[in-house]
Amino acid sequence: MSAHNGSVAPAAFPPPVDSRKEFIKRGLDPEDELIEVGVAIVGGGTAGLACANRLLQLLADDPETLERLGEVPVAVVEKAKTCGGHNLSGAVMRPGPLQELFPEMTREDWRNEGFAFGEVTKEAVYLLPSARTKLRIPPPPPFKNHGNEVISVSAMARFQQRQAEEGGAYVLTETAATQLIVDDGRVVGVRSGDKGRGKDGEPLSNFEPGTDIKAHTTVLAEGCWGHLTGAAIKEFELAAGREPQVWELGVKEVWKVPKPLDRLIHTIGPWPLKLSSKYGQIGGTWIYPMKDAKTGEDLVSIGFVVDLEYADATTSAHDLLQQFKLHPLVKGILEGGERVAWGAKALPGGGYWSMPKLSMPGAVLVGDSAGMVDTVALKGVHHSLMSGKLAAESIYAALVRGESSLESYEQAVEDSAIGEELYEVRNTRQPFQRGFLQGGPLVNLMIATKGRFPGGRWSWHRNDAKPVFIGKTKDSYPKPDGKYTFDKLSSVFISGNATRDDAPNHIRVQNHVPREIAETWRWMCPAGVYEIPDDAPEHGEVDVIVNYTNCVQCGAITAKGGRLTTPEGGDGPLYQLT
Amino acid sequence: MKICVLVKEVPDAAVEKRLDPSTGRMDRSGEKNLNPYDTHAIEAAMQIREGGAVPVEEIVAVTMGPESAVRALHKAVSLGADRSVHLSDPAVAGSDVAATGYALAQTLQRESPDLVLLGQQSDDGECYTIGAVVAEHLRMPSLTQVIKMDVEPDALRCERQAEYGYDTVQVRLPAVISVGDAINEPRYPSLKAIMGAKKKPLDAVTVGDVGIDASKVGGDNSAAQWVAAKAPPAKAAGRIIEDEDTNETVEQIIAWLDERKLI
Amino acid sequence: MANILVYALHYDGAINKNSLGAVSEGAKLAAELGGEAHAILLGESVPHDLAASLGKYGAKKALVAEGPEGLAQPLVDAMAAAITEGGYSYALFGGGLLGFEIGAGLAARLDAGVVMEVTAVRAENGELIAERPILGDSAISEVKYRSDVGIIIGRLNAFEIVQSDPAQPDAPVEELSFELSPHAQQATMLSRGEQRGADVDIEGADILVAGGRGLGKAEGFQLAEDLAAAFGSNAAVAATRAVVDAGWYPYAAQIGQTGKTVAPKLYLAAGISGAIQHKVGMQASENIVAINKDANAPIFEFSDLGIVGDLNKILPKLTEAVKAKKAS
Repeated sequence: MSAHNGSVAPAAFPPPVDSRKEFIKRGLDPEDELIEVGVAIVGGGTAGLACANRLLQLLADDPETLERLGEVPVAVVEKAKTCGGHNLSGAVMRPGPLQELFPEMTREDWRNEGFAFGEVTKEAVYLLPSARTKLRIPPPPPFKNHGNEVISVSAMARFQQRQAEEGGAYVLTETAATQLIVDDGRVVGVRSGDKGRGKDGEPLSNFEPGTDIKAHTTVLAEGCWGHLTGAAIKEFELAAGREPQVWELGVKEVWKVPKPLDRLIHTIGPWPLKLSSKYGQIGGTWIYPMKDAKTGEDLVSIGFVVDLEYADATTSAHDLLQQFKLHPLVKGILEGGERVAWGAKALPGGGYWSMPKLSMPGAVLVGDSAGMVDTVALKGVHHSLMSGKLAAESIYAALVRGESSLESYEQAVEDSAIGEELYEVRNTRQPFQRGFLQGGPLVNLMIATKGRFPGGRWSWHRNDAKPVFIGKTKDSYPKPDGKYTFDKLSSVFISGNATRDDAPNHIRVQNHVPREIAETWRWMCPAGVYEIPDDAPEHGEVDVIVNYTNCVQCGAITAKGGRLTTPEGGDGPLYQLT
Repeated sequence: MKICVLVKEVPDAAVEKRLDPSTGRMDRSGEKNLNPYDTHAIEAAMQIREGGAVPVEEIVAVTMGPESAVRALHKAVSLGADRSVHLSDPAVAGSDVAATGYALAQTLQRESPDLVLLGQQSDDGECYTIGAVVAEHLRMPSLTQVIKMDVEPDALRCERQAEYGYDTVQVRLPAVISVGDAINEPRYPSLKAIMGAKKKPLDAVTVGDVGIDASKVGGDNSAAQWVAAKAPPAKAAGRIIEDEDTNETVEQIIAWLDERKLI
Repeated sequence: MANILVYALHYDGAINKNSLGAVSEGAKLAAELGGEAHAILLGESVPHDLAASLGKYGAKKALVAEGPEGLAQPLVDAMAAAITEGGYSYALFGGGLLGFEIGAGLAARLDAGVVMEVTAVRAENGELIAERPILGDSAISEVKYRSDVGIIIGRLNAFEIVQSDPAQPDAPVEELSFELSPHAQQATMLSRGEQRGADVDIEGADILVAGGRGLGKAEGFQLAEDLAAAFGSNAAVAATRAVVDAGWYPYAAQIGQTGKTVAPKLYLAAGISGAIQHKVGMQASENIVAINKDANAPIFEFSDLGIVGDLNKILPKLTEAVKAKKAS
């Protein structure tokens, strides 16, 4: 009846959802009811828009192929109010792929467009043994960032959206893609979400059903975790023979600061995480300087990332970030400043072995949906851009040759820097599953030998398979003072989160679970979605209150026992600087 | 019946509203959206058309704004307007409510509408009165904050909540009606409508095209001139009572309320 | 020397309290400018003694005009005529729907500058400067008039009602003759001032008793309703989003980022933590009283009076005390 503290895993309480049944539509609506486009790109983020940008560049020089794609050659479907509204990353980007995508632009141009904030000239990596001490270490090779650019993916997506629209793309914002349309074993498009349903899913007076978007080729660029991607992986068995995907959760703030930060900073723990392998906490932080070219303001991007495989239910990335800010290293940077942005997002951490097969009949996967983040270097933006570009080139080539297979894209990724860099670190994070102390030396060995030693294929355990217990991490969280440290609700507020009051619940999760599972969700969620009633019993099963209107679409719940689905188009945060 | 709907592009509600300290004008560089109240006006126009009591030949969306305002027009068209008119001219930038109303009225003159609908307020201007200004220039009857509208022959029967309760007023056409958000639940545009919006006719006009006297519009010519902006007076710190003896606490509350004439 | 023409709304034999405030304010400002404040009333046979009573609030003259009541445009005609003939430099309105409509129409008619939602006015160098909140009350804008006539439209309850001298003689009443323009005759009042009891007018209430999660359960709202009833007919009950979501109270009463924005004279928050999503809907309330058992609740940072305690004990006693106080 009542579970032993520490022996329940979220996987034992799977969300009430059947991906293939609910999120795959078999067959298209009649011609006169649907919309037809050439290439449908689901997700207007870094990868999706890069695909659109590149495709339109290629089509601009080939009017014949352009015409074959019909009235709407390229359509981007984006669930946020604008592209970039749901995008968040550190981020320090390797400049190559963006330079290749827009060769006429200089880095100065990037900054004037408002999405780039300066080249990295100095950097530091710290070990934090305790709340008051720090130990500077020489940056391990993956952390060398000289020459890279600090950017905002949210702002960059807005720039890419403008480019795409000028290039002739239809960018359908406030539009969620809720179903993948499969006909005769082939992806033939996606279906947009209904609007105007009530709390219980009932159609309201202004109910507007979604529309089938028929596409010659579909690109799934949904980021982490992709809603349709999850269904596609099951339908086409794209994960066969691969390691399971694992996730990390990052919570970020942007601050206006009184004096400019002169260097890029990473800290790799262990404080404020617990060293004990029982707690299973692995994570780190970043602090990046940002110079706003338009206003001249000095800003700082700061974030905390934690692997979602931890065992202590009270692990909260948001609160860990608040706690981290109290370290003298951070106070020296942020004190006297003002918080101007907050956000949260999960990222795929499995790397090379966890990447699914990247193509299926009629569709390809790009970016974080495919899991292309190098979590050792903490870099994924340049891979997202590159994969979007490669996908566009493969799609274009297939169109020109009249071919239907998109498998050339997979080879292109494997042969590119994406394949190369991810292969090198293919085993480098897995040893941390044994804990920071045990795993550390092996990780270092792998980094030093560029992945050659020890080789082989190291496996991942699913994040939701780890049993959780109620531990003590929460005991050190600071009480928010509303000026320097903040609670979740006021943070959700500045993310620009807007959700219709009577919108239906887009989060699938069991409502009655052991306390340890409920606590895991409650602490994990950066937006305070999950609550336990005051009068719930200390042990045994409890009810879970789901305040889904607070949700900022980070995706963490999918890793730990739930399933995030798309909200109504237009709902969710409106990130600008993240 | 020809209906013109006045729409406005405003900063998105989620974007923090700030003033540019040098001009006193709102910083409009962030995300923008169709003013939510205007979606109710478009919906009202659509409901008149779909209601069938009177044939509606055309619903025209009209806006005054910078280049980016075309997005608001596209949204209006995706919601049902047949075409749009965009008054975009540096001469009108920075106009106050009176100048804006004059400019819009001139733009509307050439459309000769039977009915002008608009949202009663915009998220940024917070003036609540542009309909009245427009109506005066057009020499048409005007009613604002209308929450119910029924079509009668050549007239509208309107309801609104005024100082003393609900008023029912009959307004003969042509008229200018500003609607409140309680009037209807705006529809969502279908994807087909959204994608078709860019193809609908969009007429861009300048002050010269519609006979606007440039000396009467624009920030520099506004009759009400912004002088300065300041922070609102700081609130005095509040008082805290820890309740131990509830009878005493309640007495203190009553005294506090009494002092402020709240009882 | 500048004269101010003040609009006075009347209904059922009484002057609207926002108009009384405007007359008081107009009298004060006119004195500072070395001029006079005159009131104007329009209606069907406006009683002269009603108009004259505005003398107590400082009006040096009251103009009465004949025309249909409850509509703005006839007043645009009347006031435009009075201003053009009588040489007024300012037109002043108290808060309320009609004042906004008339003031705006008048601005168009006279090519005059207009400021609405004014919370304060001051005289400087022989002219008036109006202040109004902007950007969701986060800043105050100061505005001057370039035109010959300046139009000032106050926010609800912005101007204090002051009886300058109860012994003041009544204002002399003058009939204003003016022409009703054709478009002003296109609207007909069919029924005015209908009370709809079922509707809870959250936005119009002077006093709001708001309940949040701290009430414990849906039945907890009985405490809020009892208190509101004790305060009288101009008090209503409001709710936070959390309790509306939980089904404890209807959506029509919801205050906050989604929900209504209110600025009553008194906002009494019971069992409400004061998260910013709620705060933005009521922060402009004149007086904020909060009752919460958690001393660290954010609401105590912006309440004028905070009581840390058990609302289940405090509310019933407070209700009794309010009833007793009102009866005395």
